[in-house]
Amino acid sequence: MTTKGAPQERVYVHALFVRVFHWVNAMGMILMIMSGWRIYNASPLFDFRFPNEITLGGWLAGALQWHFAAMWLLVINLLIYLIVGFASGHFRRRFTPVSPSSVLGDMTKALKGKLPHSDTTYNAVQKAAYIGILLAIVLTILAGSVVWKPVQLQELGLLMGGYEGARLVHFFGMVAICAFIVLHLTLVLLVPSTLIPMIIGWARKGKHEQEASHEH
Amino acid sequence: MNTKFLLQPTKSLVNIERRLFMKKTLSLGALAMLTGCDATDPSITDRILSAMSRWNDEVQLAIFNPSKPAPVYTEADITDPFPFNAYYREAKAPVVAEAGFKLELSGLIGKKESWTLEQLRALPQESQITRHICVEGWSAIGKWGGVRFSDFLRLIEADTSARYVGFRCADNYNSSIDMATALHPQTILALTFRDQVLPTKYGFPMKLRVPTKLGFKNPKHIMAMFVTNDYPGGFWEDQGYNWFSGS
Repeated sequence: MTTKGAPQERVYVHALFVRVFHWVNAMGMILMIMSGWRIYNASPLFDFRFPNEITLGGWLAGALQWHFAAMWLLVINLLIYLIVGFASGHFRRRFTPVSPSSVLGDMTKALKGKLPHSDTTYNAVQKAAYIGILLAIVLTILAGSVVWKPVQLQELGLLMGGYEGARLVHFFGMVAICAFIVLHLTLVLLVPSTLIPMIIGWARKGKHEQEASHEH
Repeated sequence: MNTKFLLQPTKSLVNIERRLFMKKTLSLGALAMLTGCDATDPSITDRILSAMSRWNDEVQLAIFNPSKPAPVYTEADITDPFPFNAYYREAKAPVVAEAGFKLELSGLIGKKESWTLEQLRALPQESQITRHICVEGWSAIGKWGGVRFSDFLRLIEADTSARYVGFRCADNYNSSIDMATALHPQTILALTFRDQVLPTKYGFPMKLRVPTKLGFKNPKHIMAMFVTNDYPGGFWEDQGYNWFSGS
C-alpha cells in the first residue's frame, strides 16, 4: 500500500508490527536453534553431533536453561504476530490468494528470470514460502511442547507418534526452519535493498527492479 | 532396544569431566541466586536464566494435572536391556545389604519409625510399564513394581499439605519432588524391576518411580526420605537442571 502524503519515490513496505515480530523472532530463533543443537548433542537422534562451538549453553543444563527461557520470547512474539496478522487483515492481504497452480506458475517464471519484483505484493512463491515457514514454526513449537510435556500433552503427542515421534518432528521442523533461513539470507544477499524496509519500513520505489528482475 | 541404548552410558561418561567443570561455574551462580549473596558475582545472563528456570518451575506446577496418567505400555514394549544411567559408571553403583537396611523418615511426618524392606513388601503392591525419559532426550520403557507412594505417605501420616518430599541416596545422590507429583497415582516406591527384586544397577534397595518426571527425578538407592516446606534442591538441580522437570 502506498501511504498518502509520502514522497512519491518512497513506498511503505513493512508495518511496524511485522518488523518488530521479524527481529524478535530472528533473535529468538537463533537462541532456540543454537541451544537446541546442544540439547541434541546430549543424545543424538542420528549419527552426528553439532560442533559445540556453534552451540549455546556450555553444557546440557545451560542449553536447557537457554531453550526454556528463549521459548517464551519466541512463543509470545509469535502469538502477538498471529493475532495482529489475522485481526488486521494483514495475512489476508499479503498471503492470499495463493494456489498450487499460481505457485507453480510463478516458480516457472522465476526460474526463467521473468518474474518481476514488487515491493508491496508477494508473488505466489513468496506467499507459499511465508505460509510454509509459519506452519513449520508452529509445528516445531507444538512438537517441542510434546517433548517437554509428553504426559500432559499425550493426546497431541499421539498425532506425532508419541514422545519419540515428537522428537523427530521437532528435529525436522528445525531442519525446515534452517533451510528457510539459508534461502532467506541468500535472497537478501542477492537483493540487499530488501533489508532496509525490514528495518525502517520504507523502500525506495523501483530500487529492487533495478537490482534484480528475478524472484527473491 | 538396540546398540543405541548400550552406547548411552559411555557417551555420558565422556561428558562427565566437562560437566564437573561446568557445574562449578553454574552452581556458583545458582547458589548466589538462592542466598541473595552476590559475592561470586554471577553474570546478568546467569541471573536471568536462573530466574527464568524458577519461573518455569511455577508455570509447570500450575499446569501439572495431578490426575493425568502417564501412558502405559505392554510387556512387549519393554526396552531390553534397559539402560543403566547415573553420574558414575555401572561398576560404581552402591551395593546396599538388605540385612540391617531401614528406610529412614524425617521432617513433617507423623510416624517416623524406619521401614525394613520386608515391611514395605508386606504392603499392597502394584506395578506399571511406563516410559522413562532422560533429560538428555533418550527414553526407554521399563516395568517397576512397589508401593503406591500416596498410600505410603498417608500411612506414615506425612503432612501432604507440605510442599516437598526429598530423598537421600546411598550413592550421595539426592533429589526432591513437589507434593502434587508425590501424590500422583502412578508415583510408586519401586521395589522390583520386571517382577524381580530391584537389582543394584536399577537402584536396590528402592527407587522412586515417577513416570511424570524426567529420569533424574527418579532417585535410586533411597536410604532416607523427608517431607518439608523448605526447598531441598537436588544433585543435578543444584547444578542448573530445572527443578520441576515434570512431563
